[in-house]
Amino acid sequence: MKRFLEPRILPAGGLIPMLVLVCVIVHAAGNQLIEGSLTEALVYMVMVVGLSIFVSNSGIISFGHVSFALVGAYASAWQTCCPGLRGVFMPGLPQILLDTNVPVMPAALAAALLATAVAAVAGIAITRLNAVAASIALLSLLFVVKTIYENWTSVTAGQGSLAGLPLYVGLWTALAWATGAIIAAQLYMNSAHGLRLRAIREEYAAARAAGIVVWRERMIGLVVSAFVFAIGGILFGHYLGTLAVSIYWLDMTFLTLAMLVVGGMRSLTGAVTGTLAVSAVREFLRAFERGFTVSGNTIQIPQGSQEIVLALALLLILVFRPQGIVGDYELGVPPPR
Amino acid sequence: MNAIQLMIDALSLGSQYALVALGIGLIFGVMRMINFAQGDLIMLGAYALVVPTTADLAPPLIGKLPAVALIITVITITAGAGIVTERFAFRPLRRREADGATLLISSFAVGYLLQSIVLFVHTGRPKSVSIFADLTRQLELGGVRVAMIDIVTICVTALLLTAMVVFLRRLRWGIEMRAATEDFTMARILGVRADAVIALAFAIAGALAGILSLLYVAKTGVLDFRMGVPLAIAGFVGTVIGGMGSLVGAVLGGLFLGVASSLLQALLPEVLRPGRDAFLYGLVIFVLLVRPQGLFAGRNVGERT
Repeated sequence: MKRFLEPRILPAGGLIPMLVLVCVIVHAAGNQLIEGSLTEALVYMVMVVGLSIFVSNSGIISFGHVSFALVGAYASAWQTCCPGLRGVFMPGLPQILLDTNVPVMPAALAAALLATAVAAVAGIAITRLNAVAASIALLSLLFVVKTIYENWTSVTAGQGSLAGLPLYVGLWTALAWATGAIIAAQLYMNSAHGLRLRAIREEYAAARAAGIVVWRERMIGLVVSAFVFAIGGILFGHYLGTLAVSIYWLDMTFLTLAMLVVGGMRSLTGAVTGTLAVSAVREFLRAFERGFTVSGNTIQIPQGSQEIVLALALLLILVFRPQGIVGDYELGVPPPR
Repeated sequence: MNAIQLMIDALSLGSQYALVALGIGLIFGVMRMINFAQGDLIMLGAYALVVPTTADLAPPLIGKLPAVALIITVITITAGAGIVTERFAFRPLRRREADGATLLISSFAVGYLLQSIVLFVHTGRPKSVSIFADLTRQLELGGVRVAMIDIVTICVTALLLTAMVVFLRRLRWGIEMRAATEDFTMARILGVRADAVIALAFAIAGALAGILSLLYVAKTGVLDFRMGVPLAIAGFVGTVIGGMGSLVGAVLGGLFLGVASSLLQALLPEVLRPGRDAFLYGLVIFVLLVRPQGLFAGRNVGERT
């Protein structure tokens, strides 16, 4: 029984209770600032876990997942944003979208499906490429999508920003979605499709010889991954309350990738750990930059030194743990002998 | 705009991208690492021209030296910075046998570090600086006016590429570098010093970044702490569509991207022009589909074993 269950519920079965525990403790401590940071970290976690579904299993580094977040976030805004003013901000929307206010949850799911459709169409091309070319094709996709959204002013407000998205993402909403993302990643990882995608990653020729259809497995991984990443992007919009195309651009691409690689890009535990570790370092440095008082003395680092220290911290972690903080390790799963 | 102007414009941008791609391609060759920090070395070279200050108006520092001294100083700074990044970030990673993804992310981190330092010292507001003022004037060429700086950019690039070819074909160091690109392990067995060859690749890439920063600033006159990012991406994309592992491919890929970008800018109908990048990168995806190994692929494209 134990041998049957363990690989099916771990690492998610270990990661989720830990996250819940952290959230309960932070909430009980009652510090608004820390609770806000944790919420943001959990939203990022949805994205990073989504990213890891594709990147960890396929071994292809994606520079393009942020395009799915972008598509999802705007699609959610089309359905929920700024009641009454929607026609002013986005006059190009079809009448039915202007007239209806979709509840946030179905709106998020519908929006993520649209992003998934984009992934499926782009995937027709991308999944047929080798690893490096696929990375660049994904990056190109991000450029294409971003340029389109920046210029499709009638439904995206162009280079300006959209304000007034419903702010429904608090600690518990974010936790619930992060939990969902981890379960999705776990289910995919342990499915036959996940196993086949990892087989392609490890031994391309042998996997093909064993009858695995490379493009199909990559496509399935990409589509699942895009859905989860898009959910993360949608939550990010509703966490901030404002949308701008420039939010979903290279900074987010690098940050989510850095979180994944710092944690360990070959494991789900790594995706979760990396998100928490990088978020913690960022918040810690932000706190130092704001300055705080200990027994009458204000401790403060100069404005702008936060980024320098963050970059150094990232480098140091990578130099000392090139495989990421956890490497191949999965929580509670003994390494294969 | 007539055909000659358009051609010079396209070749000038293509030359810039080709130089970035060459720097990225050199390092990819010897180390199998995509070095995003290449763009930020260009940014560093440009900022070296002015006095480090948080004030909006930065007086020129190196920028007011006589031309030859200016060029040598900037190249020394960027080549030095390239060597420093190799010594303190990438060499320890190489020793610990980091894989391609980790190396790539650490090159982001190095780039981000360079940007943050410049941001800290100079603030984020764009600054202006003028060097080689003579080059900004227009030139009469067969009845059309073209900017001197574009001609200079094309000529300098052609010269640098020729010099690279001579270096790689004729000089001992260059031959060792080609050997290391071809088969790193075998090259080491035959007595090529790995550390030295890689450090040299970083020095040359840094020097190329320095020269490009001068050409870039002479043309635009603007400093911005993120100016290197689009250049690095263009170089990266150029390297890949040219064919990873081939220096000729990298150069031609960069050139192709720049020329395609300029041509699209000029030839797209007015309404579609703001969406140029969508067409450009759509084209990139198309090229990758037709030639996934790159337009001018080398033989060793995989990860180092």
